[in-house]
Amino acid sequence: MDTAVHVRGLAKRYGALEAVRGIDLDIHRGETFALLGPNGAGKSTTIEILEGLRKRDGGEVSVLGADPHRPTRAWRARVGIVPQTAGDVAEVSVREIVTHFARFYPAPADPDEVIDRVGLAEKAKARVAKLSGGQRRRLDVALGLIGNPELLFLDEPTTGFDPEARRRFWELIRSLEATTILLTTHYLDEAEELADRVAVIAGGRIVAEGTPRTLGGRASDEATVTWADGQERTDTPTKTIAELMTRYDGEIPELRVTRPTLEDVYLRLVEES
Amino acid sequence: MITLSRAAFELKIFFRARDQVVFTFSFPIVLLVLFSAIFAGTLEGTAVTVSQLYAAALISAGILSVSFQNLAISIAVEREEGGLKRLAGTPMPKSAYFAGKVLSVLVIAAIEVALLLAVAVFLYDLELPADLAGWLTFSWVLVLGLASGSLLGIAASSLPSSAKSAAAVITLPFVVLQFISGIYIPFTELPPWLINVASVFPLRWVAQGFRSVFIGDGGVALEMARSYELGKVALVLGAWTVGGLALCLMTFRWKSRRDG
Repeated sequence: MDTAVHVRGLAKRYGALEAVRGIDLDIHRGETFALLGPNGAGKSTTIEILEGLRKRDGGEVSVLGADPHRPTRAWRARVGIVPQTAGDVAEVSVREIVTHFARFYPAPADPDEVIDRVGLAEKAKARVAKLSGGQRRRLDVALGLIGNPELLFLDEPTTGFDPEARRRFWELIRSLEATTILLTTHYLDEAEELADRVAVIAGGRIVAEGTPRTLGGRASDEATVTWADGQERTDTPTKTIAELMTRYDGEIPELRVTRPTLEDVYLRLVEES
Repeated sequence: MITLSRAAFELKIFFRARDQVVFTFSFPIVLLVLFSAIFAGTLEGTAVTVSQLYAAALISAGILSVSFQNLAISIAVEREEGGLKRLAGTPMPKSAYFAGKVLSVLVIAAIEVALLLAVAVFLYDLELPADLAGWLTFSWVLVLGLASGSLLGIAASSLPSSAKSAAAVITLPFVVLQFISGIYIPFTELPPWLINVASVFPLRWVAQGFRSVFIGDGGVALEMARSYELGKVALVLGAWTVGGLALCLMTFRWKSRRDG
């Protein structure tokens, strides 16, 4: 499989603070990769170094075959960026700003089509100042997509969304099948919905990496069997239930079998690090 | 192409802020009307009217205001709000951003100067240059004034530490500069050390250049050097344009200070 992002030993310090302390990453073309971690863990620093918007202090980085340390215009045209915060010009309409950004790219998407794709077709003529927070965020995504990028960076794209807006946003991201996506998020359900693979970053290091199902040994973790008057942690929950069935002679009252959620695994990983 | 698109976009944003447009263009006109009402008459020993003197001075202040003050404040706000960082992440050539700014300033300045000249000519008998040489001087003083003002404005946009403080941080030095550069108070009434300070900056020289165009020989006796020193005007403004460009290239930041 072709590699879109290749990182070895990435390091960045701000004065005495070591924000990123030796990160390795490999993101394949076409995959959606989520970077999870608490505030201040080094997520945004890492993503901005890959975007060519921040200089690194050490390590090797290759993004779409080039070092983002010195980004060229041709390279920029292949990369789309949705920054964490962007309070832009308010006195132009959605269509005007998307059309304006389209002119920066050699092979842009059709502005109206992109506006429609992010669900802002009805707001195309509205001034940016009149948009709600969620609509504005979708405009950010439109501006990230207008150049038809091969690689899209999404830095906490759904912060402040209501649940319905978040679901619509997920559908949009899922529709970008050919695009490689690097996503940072605080929401574990979002990572589980969208990401092919996730990495947890804490204290400037990657503490775990895997698919959402297997992260941190999640799939092989002990299951917890709970019933009306007992609880048991076990590697063989089916056997436990069979025993309980004979004990209760049929129906087991209030039976539940749970495995750790992505959130449980995440919190454990962050705590351990 | 991208440069023209940037310039058109900048102008669109400028002209949509209606109150800003009205106040930017009326500011020097209001001052001209006000000063002409307060200080009527001619200047000692010459046929130069106070209105003519203020017209030349306020054109100078006006072009520094639409270049220096306007760019320093608007770019500071753009930087703090993340607009610059977003542009830096696109394949837009960085030069197109600056060229677009300067082009939009040229258009706004042309409108401002035309309005002010119209008022001064119709109400206060300001005489437009009679020959090509006069218009030539007018053009190069205007262009060099705008170029140095724009580049210094772009450089000064890095000074404010937040979007909220931008207007305050930029306005104070600009107002001080106007007072010591002979815009509101005749230059000859200032103490020598203040004259020396003002002579370092472009505004004094822009004003001197425009006096040579609009007042001419009749007012040359009012000048400190008994001459408009056009060679010096060109030299200082040219030096500021080159120096301003160097300053921009060395200090311009696409991200806010908090963003590192």
